[in-house]
Amino acid sequence: MIRDALGIAVATGAYALSFGAIAATSGLTLLQVAALSALMFTGASQFALVGVIGAGGSVWAGAATAALLGSRNALYGLRLSALLNVRGLRRLAAAHFVIDETTAMAIGRDSGREGRLAFWATGVALFTLWNLGTLIGALATHALPDPKVLGFDAAPPAAFLALLAPRLRAREPLAVALAAGVIALVCLPFVPAGIPLLIVAVLVAGFGFWKRPK
Amino acid sequence: MIWAEVLVGSAACYLLKLAGLSLPQHLLEDARIQRTVPLIPVALLAALVATQTFSTGQHLVLDVRAAALGVALIAVLLRAPFLVVVAAAAATAALLRLL
Repeated sequence: MIRDALGIAVATGAYALSFGAIAATSGLTLLQVAALSALMFTGASQFALVGVIGAGGSVWAGAATAALLGSRNALYGLRLSALLNVRGLRRLAAAHFVIDETTAMAIGRDSGREGRLAFWATGVALFTLWNLGTLIGALATHALPDPKVLGFDAAPPAAFLALLAPRLRAREPLAVALAAGVIALVCLPFVPAGIPLLIVAVLVAGFGFWKRPK
Repeated sequence: MIWAEVLVGSAACYLLKLAGLSLPQHLLEDARIQRTVPLIPVALLAALVATQTFSTGQHLVLDVRAAALGVALIAVLLRAPFLVVVAAAAATAALLRLL
């Protein structure tokens, strides 16, 4: 467990640095970047919010995309609720830590006690590293001259690709991803920036709800 | 407006996490929800990759970002760490602009 935790910690630090750097070049102030990491604390949603704002997306498109990406955390919460068995203030605190990494670390442990320990330890460690890394990345980027000269505008798509890749290990998600990319580009010239994302979200939700179960 | 997006987006993400821990199990165990929710990030991330690579504002464009995405794809296929994927893409765009 310790070795897994260290591996995740190092990866999170690097991930946080890139988030801080991308967020700082998207037009957010240092305080806004720091607030986002402390309050939202779910990586893909944060990348999406700053990505949409950076690309000049319509008002609320960034927040809506972030929320839609955060919907998977509700399913993680569902899987964790019996294991954690938390009430009151402890539940409010635990909820903030319900993300990909803590779920992966907590599920599948030999005992409930070990699972709970993994959840809280990973949560506290990641929250610390994520906020620290974000701050360092953002501060370093604020000190740079022109982000575009350094290719920072090409960084967000690469970040989204790196977040997407582990979710494509079967044929259906791969087909969904390709269709989503094409549909978003087809809509793009006709609707305000950021809206293609919401169109794609509605279509995929419809597909998931109405397709025939296997 | 950025502050509003940051705060409202954060509140929404937190409430979704809390909903998972709090709502009755059967609501979220519905087969359609279990099927649909994992596809949402796949579709949104793919749409983000496409639009942020091939557009500026409302215009479709093909520029150095496409080459940068190609390099990022190679890095992902080689299972490079996150920071390496992002840095390789940024370096590609920067170098091509120097040429």
